[in-house]
Formats: sequence, C-alpha cells, structure tokens
Amino acid sequence: MSVEQVPEARTPGQTHRTGYDDETRARLAADAAQIRARYPQERSALLPMLHLVQSEDGYVSPRGIAFCAAELGLTTAEVSAVATFYTQYKRHPNGTYTVGVCTNTLCAIMGGDAIWEELSDHLGVGHDETTDDGAITLERVECNAACDYAPVVMVNWEFFDNQTPDSAVALADELQAGRPVTPTRGADSVCTFKEMSRVLAGFGDGRADEGVGAGEPTLRGIALARQEGWEAPPFPGGAEAGKPVAERPVASEASTTTPARGTRTTKAVGGSHAPKPGAEQSSAERPATTAGDVSPEQQQTKQQSDDAKES
Amino acid sequence: MATTLTPVLTDIWDKDRSWTLRTYEANGGYRGLRRALAMQAGDVVTMVKDSGLRGRGGAGFPTGMKWGFLPAPDGGPRYLVVNADESEPGTCKDIPLMIASPQHLIEGMIITSYAIGCRHAFVYVRGEVLHVYRRLLKSIEEAYAAGYLGTNILGSGFDLDITLHSGAGAYICGEETALLDSLEGLRGQPRLKPPFPAVAGLYARPTVVNNVESIASVPGIVVGGADWFKQMGTERSTGHGLFSLSGHVTRPGQYEAPLGITLRELLDMAGGIREGHELKFWTPGGSSTPIFTAEHLDVPLDYESVGAAGSMLGTRALQIFDETTSVVRAVTRWTEFYKHESCGKCTPCREGTYWLLQVLQRLEAGRGTSADIDLLLDLCDNILGRAFCALGDGATSPITSAIQYFRDEFEAGTHTPADVLFPPERSSLFAYTPRRSGAQLAGVHA
Repeated sequence: MSVEQVPEARTPGQTHRTGYDDETRARLAADAAQIRARYPQERSALLPMLHLVQSEDGYVSPRGIAFCAAELGLTTAEVSAVATFYTQYKRHPNGTYTVGVCTNTLCAIMGGDAIWEELSDHLGVGHDETTDDGAITLERVECNAACDYAPVVMVNWEFFDNQTPDSAVALADELQAGRPVTPTRGADSVCTFKEMSRVLAGFGDGRADEGVGAGEPTLRGIALARQEGWEAPPFPGGAEAGKPVAERPVASEASTTTPARGTRTTKAVGGSHAPKPGAEQSSAERPATTAGDVSPEQQQTKQQSDDAKES
Repeated sequence: MATTLTPVLTDIWDKDRSWTLRTYEANGGYRGLRRALAMQAGDVVTMVKDSGLRGRGGAGFPTGMKWGFLPAPDGGPRYLVVNADESEPGTCKDIPLMIASPQHLIEGMIITSYAIGCRHAFVYVRGEVLHVYRRLLKSIEEAYAAGYLGTNILGSGFDLDITLHSGAGAYICGEETALLDSLEGLRGQPRLKPPFPAVAGLYARPTVVNNVESIASVPGIVVGGADWFKQMGTERSTGHGLFSLSGHVTRPGQYEAPLGITLRELLDMAGGIREGHELKFWTPGGSSTPIFTAEHLDVPLDYESVGAAGSMLGTRALQIFDETTSVVRAVTRWTEFYKHESCGKCTPCREGTYWLLQVLQRLEAGRGTSADIDLLLDLCDNILGRAFCALGDGATSPITSAIQYFRDEFEAGTHTPADVLFPPERSSLFAYTPRRSGAQLAGVHA
C-alpha cells in the first residue's frame, strides 16, 4: 500500500508486448495450473497469478496480463482492472529491490519522514521511481504492522526495524553495491523482487526456518511475565490439559505478592475447581442464558448494526 | 499493580524455533484439536459462545455467535476465511503472532472448521509481509505431514484443506466482504450487506470470516473450557488479548493481558512515556478509533468501557504520542492514508476523504481559513454513517476526536504551520535536522 503520486521519471525497460516464448509459456502454464488447483473456482487464482507474472517480468507486463486472461478465460480489460487496484502490482519494471519507507503517522513522527527525505535525496529518486542502475525502487509505504519497531523500512517486504537516516542510507548503499543484506526479522538475506513475487504466488523457497521467531519488542510482554512470574490461569486439570509442568518457569518472589491474574474478574473460578468440559456443570451442558442464545431475529439485528462497523 | 499479564498466545514466543510444529506440540499444541474432535461440532460452537470470545479484529462481534449464524447444512460447501490482512495503522499483533507461532492459527482453523462444518478454509494474508507468508506456508505443510490436515484427520473422519492466499496491497481488503471479493479474484471492494457472509459469502456460500487472533484463541478455549477463558477479562469482555504499545513509550511491544487492563497499567509495564516527556494523545485501537488523551489513562480497555468513553477498543493498537507531537500533522497523515486507501466504490468516502485532505493539508501548512474547522466537521458529518463500509466512518474518527480535544491546534493552523509549533525533530527517536520546512512552504504566515 504505497502512497500514490504520479512518477516523474521512469526507468526504461522492456515493454514485453510480444508474448512469451513457447518454453516460458509452458512453464508458466504449469505453475498456473498448480495455482488454479488450490481454489474451488479458478478466478480466485488471478491474484497469485499476477504475482507469478511479476516473478517472470518484474512487473505486470502486457504479455503477463494477456497470459492471465487466456489462462482464466477473462478479457485483458478484466485482468487490468484487478491489477491496477492493488499497489503491489507494478505497472512498469520494478527495481531488483523495493525499498519502502513507512510514512504513515506513527512511523513518520518517530522519524520515518526524516528517513524518507534522506533516502530520496541520497538516491535521487522519488516515490515509485527506480534508480538508474535498476537496483532500487523507492516507495513511501503505509503501515506495515510493525509499529513497535518504528521507524520501519521494508526491503522486498522484509522487516528492517528501528531505522535511522544513516542506517537506511547504508542499507541502500549495500543494495546498490549488490551485497546481501539481512533483515531484522526475516530470512537470512533479502531475495530479489522476482524471487519474492514467486513466493507470494504460493511457491515456497524453503527459507521459512531462517531468521528469528520474534524481535525484542515482540517479546517484551512475555519477558516481563517471566520476570514477574505472571501466568495465565492454569488449564483445568493442569498438565493433563495444558503444557507439561516442566515447561513452566519457576515463579519468582514477586508472584507471591501479586494478586490473582486478571483481578478485574469478579467471579473468577478457581482453576482446579472448574468443571471439565462435557462433565457435569460444564459450559457444554449449561442452559441457554447468554447473549448468544437469544432469538435469531435479535441476533440478526445486532449483527447488521455491528457488521456495518466491522473492519 | 492491579492487573498482571496473562500470556497464552505469547507463551511460546520466546521458545527456541517457536514457529515449528515440534515446538508447538512440545508446549501443549494440538491438544485442543484432539479434544474438539472428540466432541460434537455443535458443542464446540457452544463452548466458544459460552467463553464470550469476541472478534479481535476490531468490531468485537461475538465469535461463537458469528459461527452460529450459518444456516443449517444443505450439503454444499461452507467456508472459513481468516482475515490476516492486518493493515489498520498502529495494529501490529497478528503479524508477529504469525511469525512467532503460526501453529496457533492453524490449529484454531482446524477446530473452527470442524465446528462449523467447513472442508476448505482460507488464510488471506496481506502481501507485504514475505516472511509471514513463508512461515504460514511451512506450518500448513507441517500440519498436513502430521495428519492434522488432509483427509480423515487423526482418524476422526473429518477432512480439511487450507489454502494460503496472498493479497497485493490494499487496506480495504481487511473489510470482510472486500476481502471475499479479493479472494474471488476481483477488485477488493465491499459488498452490500445483507446478505451477510454467513448466508452468502465466499462463492455465495455460507462463510465465516474471523480475525487471526480470534481464531488463534480458540485452541486454548477448547483445552481450558469457557470458564477458564472467562477467568480473564471483564464480564462482557472476556479473555486475553494482545495489547500493542508503540510510539513515544520507553519499551514498545506486545503485552498480552486480560481485557479491561488500563493504559496506565500497561505504561507502567512498558517503562512509561519516553524519558522527559509526557503523554499527549493516544489511540486505543488503531487510527480508526477516536483518539484519547491523558484523562483516559484509567479507562478499562474493554469493549464497553472504551465505548462509553467515546472511542472503540478496536485492535488494541495503542499508539502513544507525547507533547512534542502535532496533532494536526498526525491527523493529516492518517487522512492521507484513508484517501489513498478508499476503494472508490461509494461517493461519501471517495470524495469526502479527498476534500478532508485538501483542508487538512492547508491547516498543517498554516494556511487554513477560519471556516476550515467547521468545514472539516461538516465533511465528517456527511461521511459518517453514509459510507458503504467502515473505512469512511474510520476516516472521520481521528478528525472529529482531535478537534474535540485539541481545537486550538487546528485554529493555529490558520496562521502558523504545524512544524513551527511542533518541530518534527523533537518528536523523532533520533536527532536530525529537517531539510524542508513547512514554514518555508507556508511563506508569509510564518
């Protein structure tokens, strides 16, 4: 979701108006068949197929649009209508790396605007423009769900957390020099735009086990809980129902002085005294009394008003 | 401290290779599925209803009730679609969850599918998180290999396939009917409701659309039971939730706590506002929820209390801004976002967000007119409740609430640029010298 502006300079690239050669077309058609097989209705394959086209041509090329249309029995206008709706589908050849600076409010204020200014000046390109060497397409991107790591820069949609203008420039220099860069949270190195597009088309690259499970901010809550000895209420039946006892950390001193977990609850049921599901007095056998058990008409009315606000 | 953290989903995030099936199973994973498969499907629905679990994607609609809306089986397919299109500004809980422990989601999907009679479930994940896609793909493969997916799951006779689907950059696809259109290979634009997805959703079949965290919470409910879940939270906002602190806070991050915890308590845990500064305003649940100020520090963060205080719990995306921050700048930037992400289907949102931005940009530049605040409020009044989906409503929330609490800053926008009143280098987390100043742009008024 990059911010739209009309680009002033575009990198001259292949226009790909001539169609794929037989070998390429056969290979893409085999991929497309695999994609279609994932869905009950084949039109659902269009979004992944557009990623597939980008994995071949580095953007949604005219021949790629024609290919998708032919494969799915659509017109090229129908395919173009979809391709132009989504910002990840590029309408002109993309650089090897998309460098996206988050300039949504939170990141912008934490320093994203400064990073954007620095990078844009350093690279000499604006939003959705590509450096002359074809290495970097620079974008202003919207919130990428890493606000606790602000300011954030994405390279081919891998996370580079807690950036500064200097670190972002150094990152761009490495990319332009053709040296591998390592995201904060992601694979061991950033792949190319085409390689990334192939993964998004649903073809794994075997790199899921690379990188960390979480960064420090992600773990701050659980680290604090370990330190303080805070736990969620135990499952009824203890280790039988939940995790092995040995896995539980030893509660620290603090836990003995801490009130019960979730103390706002006024009618907390002691964990070990709670009935087992399916047993007598368990929730599965209780009479219809909650809001979920009211009449269908009331439920429908409630859902209409609530769903109207749902996002 | 009155309330403590209650790690349930986060409990394995700090384990070695937490994202693997092996680690998940070693920490109690898939016990919920085994228990569910031994129950009647309807009893699983009842259990989730009784737990009081409400949608963690923002609207807070009771999850079990949503499942219960599906019409009686007619022999045709029914679908579960997980909304993993996390894009609401400030919201950053589902993405780390799926990087750290994707199996929570997969197990939840299998249990949910069993409960609602679904044989083919989908995850719609936004396209801008490559490693999340890799981890989900791998975890689905691992679940197939272990017999948790495919045919005759764990010898129960229950069959399920999961398809992972990547979006391509569109905030609107987080709206559930736009998501369904996108999943069908169309432009992601919302549908008119009714019919609701429960009646005519994906491919016009009965469909449940749930948020990642909602579904990931299901295995724990099945293992622990509804009463276990209700030990956490408040009477009407039960259970645990991820609270995401970001911005001008000493230790931003994910804090899993019972619903009803307060920002004051969370800030204590997170080391408070960054040193030498004080809280100015914050969002309780993303940019689409009206902002709060320091006077709301003790509002219990549950659906009812936040609503009663004039905002919405939303996604518990607590974006914290200190006194150095220009509220006009913040709101203008959010409005740029809504204008950019408006899908264009309905006039109030498409045109309204465009004009809102025109007015806000001149206020930010210190070139507003004395009529601009009323103009903004009038525009908001013509969008709120008149847009096709919640995006339009959400676009008005930051504006009307910011004018309510900080009207003087908007009035200052008639003569002084925001970055003169609030130099941006004072807000950033590192020192720098701005290259382009709004004062220069604004010219004579500065």
